Amino acid sequence: MHEMSLCEGVLHIIEREAQTQGFGRVKTVWLEIGALAGVEPEAMRFCFDAVMRGSLADGAGLEIIAAPGVAWCLPCGKNVAVSQLYDVCPNCGSHQLQIVGGDQMRIKELEVE
Amino acid sequence: MCGVCGCGEGLNHSHEHEHDPQHGHAHEHRHAHAHSHSQHHHHHEHALGPEHAHAPGLTPARMVQIEQDILSANNRYADDNRRYFGERGMLALNLVSSPGSGKTMLLTETILRLKDELNIAVIEGDQQTARDADRIRATGVPAVQINTGKGCHLDAHRVGHALESLNLPEKSLLFIENVGNLVCPSAFDLGEAHKVVILSVTEGEDKPIKYPDMFHAADLMILNKTDLLPYLDFDVEQCIRYAKQVNPKIRVLQLSAKTGEGMDNWLKWLRAELDLQGIGYA
Repeated sequence: MHEMSLCEGVLHIIEREAQTQGFGRVKTVWLEIGALAGVEPEAMRFCFDAVMRGSLADGAGLEIIAAPGVAWCLPCGKNVAVSQLYDVCPNCGSHQLQIVGGDQMRIKELEVE
Repeated sequence: MCGVCGCGEGLNHSHEHEHDPQHGHAHEHRHAHAHSHSQHHHHHEHALGPEHAHAPGLTPARMVQIEQDILSANNRYADDNRRYFGERGMLALNLVSSPGSGKTMLLTETILRLKDELNIAVIEGDQQTARDADRIRATGVPAVQINTGKGCHLDAHRVGHALESLNLPEKSLLFIENVGNLVCPSAFDLGEAHKVVILSVTEGEDKPIKYPDMFHAADLMILNKTDLLPYLDFDVEQCIRYAKQVNPKIRVLQLSAKTGEGMDNWLKWLRAELDLQGIGYA
């Protein structure tokens, strides 16, 4: 359940931003989670509520923006869509795929007051 | 946040080489070059609708763009660790596996074969107990135990603290034995040169595609307990095909830490990788 650590990372960033950007309460958090990031959105929601409790983001809403998996296929020489790390290229069947998108987990935006 | 030294939120910690009593906030410097505020901290207020109208006594809601990787704090500590290893020509390996793969026996057998030739140390990550660290210390090399409690992986911050207490000589070989877990440790960079995933033949050949993140993150897979193959329906070739499906660049070594079969290739790999760390890259 590394989603717990990830939520603690989110809270660290929020607390630091609250000081530099001057806000006292967070109402909504937007996270961008890639399909290949190894993060289970439902586990993330569960941990988010638990970790934010008692903080400046207590009760905040969590919006998860899903980002699709994208890989560079060496034989095809172009980007292709993948949904798993073990997917083959949908065009040529090769495993020579370099993940170029969908492994990110980022805080995008906050609604604060 | 930090369970090791109580250093606040984990973001105001700096490693020993950065401590400077003249500067109360050594981390300010690190933040300054880790990400520029002008680049990442856009701060704009959206046009406020009627529900957000600024009324006396009420704070208006506003949007703040952050655009930061959730693992950014861990990754900064990992960079510190990587610099530490680089400056000392050390080889640090992050050993990952499910519980019971034979990681600790592989380590003790490796240490017994190399300890007269190389400086070796171990950082042991476990949720509870110091059983594994005790087994390592019995071989005569230093081991630091990190109990993660309910945590399912080691993070770069705690590894940095363990490095301070080990204070290793240059060109050491450092094994970081992660918590037995094929999922969570894959996401956390510790500053290591390689993740080495250990899979035992009793676990089934489909582990690489059941837990692809870990096999994708590792550079070397060790297939352990090969002495048991005659008693099992484990398809070695299929297992290697699955691993390469997830990570075409992964290298595979087959061995039995118990009988010693195949250990020589692993020792050769370790010596070669340690040599590579000592080249002195720019």
